[in-house]
Parts: sequence; C-alpha cells; structure tokens
Amino acid sequence: MGEYRLEMKDIVKSFPGVKALDHAQLKLRPGTVHALMGENGAGKSTLMKCLFGIYHIDEGEIIYEGQNIHIQGPLDALHKGIAMVHQELQPIPERSIAENIFVGRYPTKKIGPISIIDHKKMNEDAEKVLKEVHLKFDAKAKLGSLSVSQMQLVEIAKAVSADCKVLILDEPTSSLTQSEVEALFVIVNELRRKNVSIIYISHKMDEILRISDEVTIMRDGQYIGTWDSKELTTDMIITKMVGRELSNLFPKRNNVPGDVVLEVQDFTSINPKSFRNISFKVKKGEIFGIAGLVGAQRTELMEGLFGLRAHSHGKIIYKGSLLNVNRPQDAIRHGIALLTEDRRASGIMGVLSVADNVSIASLDQYLVLKCVLDNKKIESLVKENVDKMSIKTPSSKTLIQSLSGGNQQKVLIARWLANSPDVFIMDEPTRGIDVGAKYEIYCIIEELARSGKSIIMISSEMSELMGMSDRIMVMCDGRMTGIIDGEKANQENIMALATQFK
Amino acid sequence: MTKKFDIKKFLSNNAIIVLIIVLALFTGFSSKNFFTATNFKNLITNMAPRFIIACGVSGCLITKGTDLSAGRAVGLAACLSAMLLQKVDYSARMLKWLPDIPWMFAIIVVAIIMGCIGAVNGVIVSKLKVPPFIATLGMQTIIYGICQIITNNQPMGGFKTSYLRLASGYVGFFPYIAIFAIIIGAYFWFLYNKTRHGKYMYAIGGNENAASVAGVNVTSTLIRIYMLAGIMYGVAGFLVGAKAGGASTATGYGYELEAIAACTIGGVSANGGVGKVFGILTGVLVFEILKICLQFLGVDPAYTYIAQGLVIIVAVALDLRKYLAKK
Repeated sequence: MGEYRLEMKDIVKSFPGVKALDHAQLKLRPGTVHALMGENGAGKSTLMKCLFGIYHIDEGEIIYEGQNIHIQGPLDALHKGIAMVHQELQPIPERSIAENIFVGRYPTKKIGPISIIDHKKMNEDAEKVLKEVHLKFDAKAKLGSLSVSQMQLVEIAKAVSADCKVLILDEPTSSLTQSEVEALFVIVNELRRKNVSIIYISHKMDEILRISDEVTIMRDGQYIGTWDSKELTTDMIITKMVGRELSNLFPKRNNVPGDVVLEVQDFTSINPKSFRNISFKVKKGEIFGIAGLVGAQRTELMEGLFGLRAHSHGKIIYKGSLLNVNRPQDAIRHGIALLTEDRRASGIMGVLSVADNVSIASLDQYLVLKCVLDNKKIESLVKENVDKMSIKTPSSKTLIQSLSGGNQQKVLIARWLANSPDVFIMDEPTRGIDVGAKYEIYCIIEELARSGKSIIMISSEMSELMGMSDRIMVMCDGRMTGIIDGEKANQENIMALATQFK
Repeated sequence: MTKKFDIKKFLSNNAIIVLIIVLALFTGFSSKNFFTATNFKNLITNMAPRFIIACGVSGCLITKGTDLSAGRAVGLAACLSAMLLQKVDYSARMLKWLPDIPWMFAIIVVAIIMGCIGAVNGVIVSKLKVPPFIATLGMQTIIYGICQIITNNQPMGGFKTSYLRLASGYVGFFPYIAIFAIIIGAYFWFLYNKTRHGKYMYAIGGNENAASVAGVNVTSTLIRIYMLAGIMYGVAGFLVGAKAGGASTATGYGYELEAIAACTIGGVSANGGVGKVFGILTGVLVFEILKICLQFLGVDPAYTYIAQGLVIIVAVALDLRKYLAKK
C-alpha cells in the first residue's frame, strides 16, 4: 500500500473561462491531519469536490489505498470511505437530526418482500454517533432547531458515522465559537488516533499550526508544495499562499474620510433573530469595514438598508435628510448601490451578455422619448467601463457566465458605477476571486473612496478588513458589538467582539 | 478536428429542426401536392394565429414561467368574437339585442377582456408567488368554465362577411391573417430588443434575484408580460374564429402545448433568459410543417398527437442538455 493512503496526481479541472485546477497534487498519510491551504479561489474546494466525486476531473489520477480509482459521485466516495463536510451546509432543516445523518443510506428492515426504513435503529444509531462526537442533542429533534454552528457539528457526526478512512473538513470552524472549536479539535484528535486521515481546509493560521501534521499549499489552482507543520510559521504560509510579500497585498490608501454621508439609527429587522438596534455613521470617502462570523446578520443588515428586507424601526439619515427605503428602487434612486455576497445567486444574469449585465440597473438613462433604448449609448457605456476597469472579455456580447470570477465582479461593479452612487455597499467583494484580480478590486475600491464615494465593505477575511478599512464595525448575533479604528484593529480584538454573545 | 466538432454541436442544438426538414423533404418527394402554392398558403394561414399565441407565451417562458391557460384563453376569445360578430339577421344569434358592430371594435373589446385575464395570471404569479405552472393550470380550467357558461355550451356560426374575410382574403400572396402576425411579430421584436421592458424581461429570466437587486420592478414587469400574453390570445382567438367560421368551447384546445413546443424548438430556453422572436417564428414553422407532413403521409390523427407530444418532450430535453453539459 505504500506510505500514502491517498495520492492525487496532476489533477486538471476546467470550467468555462477558468482553469480551476492546474496540475494540483495532494499526498495523504494514514492517521494524519493534513491542512490544505490557499487563498479563496486557489482551488482547494474544487480539489476536494473532485475527490468527493461532485466534479469529475479532466486529467490526472487519484490513487487510493494503492489502487487507481474513479469516483463516480458522492455516494461512491462514501462507499469507498471518503467523507466530506461541506463549507456550505446542505441541511434539511425540517427533518430530524437522525434523518439528516442517515440521509441516502437509511437503515432498512424487511416486512415480507418490501423493505422499509427502520426508524428505531436509525434513531439509536444516530444517538450512538452523536455520543461518539460528544454532542448532546436529541436525535429525533428537528435539525432546524439547532444553530448554524450546531448543525456544522452534526454534519461532522454524519461524516464520522460513515466509518470513513478519509475525512474532508472544508472550513469547519468558520462559524464556530472558540469553545466549539475546542470540541471539534477533540473529535479530530480522536479520529486521528483511530487512523483516519483528515484533510483540513481553513484560513485560520493558529488552528492550522495547532492541529495539522502536514500542510499543502495551493495558489491559482496550482500545487505550491507540502511541508511539515512544525517547520512553518504563519508568515511563511501567507507568503507562500499569496506568492508575494504581505506588504504588497493591498494598495496604499490615499482616501481621506470627510463629513458624514450616511447615518443609521437603531435599525432593527422585523425578524427578531436578525439584526437589531444597529447605529453607525459612514463618512464621505471612507472605507467602512464590517466584520463578524457567519450568522452575524451582516448581509441581512445591508439588505435591510437597501430595501431587500423589511425593518420594523430605525432611521436612515442620508445626506442630512431622512431616507425611506422600502424596496431597492428607493435606495438606487438616491445613489446607494449593493454588490451582493453571492455573485451567482443574486449578481450576474448568467445567460445574458456583458453589455446587458452592465446596463440593467441604469436603463432609465438611455431612454429616447421615454420608450426606445439608445443601444449606441449603452454600447459606449459598456466599452468605457470595460476599458477603465480592464475587464477581460472577448466582446461586449459575450455571455457573462463565461468570464472568470474576478471579471464578473468587475462587470457588476461597473453596473453600479453607471448610476454614479455615493454609497457603495460591497458584500464580500473578493469572494471566489483569484489573487491577481483581488488586488485589482482593492485598487478599484481605493480609487472610488478617493473620489469621494463611501464604501461599506463586509468581509470574512480579517486581512482584507484590516488592510482596507478606515474603521471596522463588528457584529455578533444580529447586534453591533463595537467599532474599531483601522490601525488599531487586529485579529484578537475583532474576534473578541465577534464572539461576544457566544 | 474543430470543424467536425462544430457540425456535431450544430446538429445537437438544432436536432429537431434538422429532423423535420428531412421529414419535409421526404414527404415532398413521396407525395404529389406537397410543394404547391395552395399548400404553402395553408401553411401560412395556419401559422399566423399560432405564431401570435407563441409570441404571447414566449414572455412567460423567458421569465422561467409558463402559461397553460393559453389554449382555453384562445377558445374564450374566439367565442367572445363570435358573440360580437354574428350576422344581425342570423336566426340563432346569441346576443339578439346587440347592434351591428365593426370587427375593429370587436377585436379591441376581446383584447381588453383577455388582457385583464392575463393580468390576473400575472398578479397570481408575481404577487401571490403561485408557481406559474399551477396558477395558469387553474386559470385554464376557470376560463373553460366561463366559456361554457357564456356560450350555453352551444357552438356558434353565422359570422359577418367582413369578419370572415379577415381569414380568407389576400393581399397579393399574403392572407390578411398573416399581416396581423407580421405586425405583431415586428412589435414583439421591437419590444424584446429595443425597450426597457424587454431588457427587464430577459434579466428576470436570467436571474430574478439579481434583477430585483438591480432595481428591476419584478412584479410589475411580470404582470405586464402575462397581460400582454392575454392580449395576444385575444387577437389569436379572434383570428381563429374568423378562420374556422365558427367557434365553440372546444376551440383552442391544446394550443398552449403547441405554442410552448414551438417556442422551445425555436430556442426559447425553459431555463429562462433566452429567446428571440425569429426563433419563435422558426419554431412555429417547423411545428406546422411536422403536422402537415404527418397529414400528407396519411398518419392517423391519434398517432399525430403522439408524435407532437414526443417532439415537445425531446425539444425541452435537448434544450436542458445544453445547460447540463456545462456543469
């Protein structure tokens, strides 16, 4: 069987417009924790999805326990002993915890010729699995009754219950509190003792250095190298991940915050579990960061300000007067723009052209006689933006779905700039974008702020928040827990505020 | 290498069109009267109302919806037109109190009534968020009921000559009825390519959430789309009545599926956001040719239904394959 339990060699995987994996590699020893690291968009999740059978590889080979294997799909992977806990959970909240654990492989019993689901056995097995990972939930309770982080732990229990030899944990701690992280580490250590190989994807350096035995680093879909964790330091990892020195990660900021443009007072959602009693001020030409864990309701707050979600009370004072926002049109008309968190779900219109995607929010400006669109004017707007933001597209008629993530994001920024907004809300503006394009987006953000626009930037990447923001507001559990000056911000004080109510 | 690949792609993208052209050639050379002017004129006359219905449905399809009430709505519109345009001295006249009214007036009345019904569809879909499939399926049955009530379940005939002439008269080679279709086709082309409404429609089909974030008023755009569809069923029903010289509750039965099939064959994607007026025209043409071929080949009408149903399913399956392949 050799030294490795699993070897992925020269894996190539392309999507329309991007080469997501370019001869990526991974070698996994039995009974070790192997950290897989890289920036967002480096191809970690893609590589794992190939291993788990969600994607099929274009080139390369996967050698598992000495045999060259083809993984047909997730079920096949599970049968072979490979389990995965996804970054984005796929829970079925209306069903019980036990059913969620055993979905797709329910235990059955025979009644004559027909086999039916054995609920008793399923619930007992689920209790056993939960106990194994030290969770004290009732297996019959609805999954939806748990918090997001608790669901994450159930998801890990599910993977454990599959009796796997390789367990993939894709950012398992992104929504966990410190004590939950400790609980997870106990489980991970126990699995390692049981000779399970664990692939651990995370952005949190301290965790990686604590829990892992080996580290593989990827960048832009390529394999950079594998090192023993003991030999590495945080700075070394970052330098290898980014491929350049830390000081060059962000552009130099020359924007000067001026007077207050937007003031939010006591803003509260109609949903009692969502954002409440939020007050803050944003200045002209300021980059205002918003930090928080998953579930802190940052996105919901911004959608509330933009009129996509209803609020029960609270005021928005914009340029000195009260602004009523009940739907996006109200916000847009007054010069507020929102770049949404999930580009595919609520940003791009995939089957439409770059030109259509750029112009959709500002069509009112190109109407002749209030009725006919001036397509020439639209064309020149698109051309101007494509040049200004150096959007790489074969033509303005190209479908946006064939562009890379970074270029799609630039198209969406162009869409809003056509309306010349004064306040630009950006929700995770660099998610799923490769390093080079990230830097370009940062430059665009800095330039916008310098030209007097106010930027509100939600981000889950600490380095990005600290590197780009003039001030950072931290949220936890729907509430604002503090505002920190950009220079004084560090990982510790942000995390302390972000976990205040946990 | 690349060229060969392109041919394969072309064939798989246009499989049904290619197959039906082959079928048409086969039919043409195996039966005598296929390539004749009469047959061609018949083809155009049959296409006209179906193209108008397909234009109406296309907006619903492009926004990821559908309209199953189209066929029955055409039936109701035909019955309404019949009631308004029976000869004054016709013995079995339905509305005996009605004065003689010009067809121009009748078509406007019918279009307004059908537009209102369409707007109701639009409100149900966009405001109440009922899935279009269910909403319009319910509306289909409601319209059928209304149609039975107002006609007392009696077929109607005895139309005014000026009304009948709309279907039988010609300008040169073109039947009057085709001129209606050409004007409407031009209007739809303009609407889809040159107006804000058109861009909003494609945007909603491409990604409804994104459209709403970008400030598109999704609700009112959808209502307008379903209302316009209703108006088209009104016009089409009016013409179908003239063409048949009579109308009954059975008029228009199954037209919704023909229209949806024609749109899909013509490249209107069931995944939303894609569809061109010229494509719809091609789809209608191809579907009509299929029907004529089967007729010429002497296929039993029962089998014709099976063939049409298969074409619809295959067309949608092939369309969705284009998107599946991208994963």
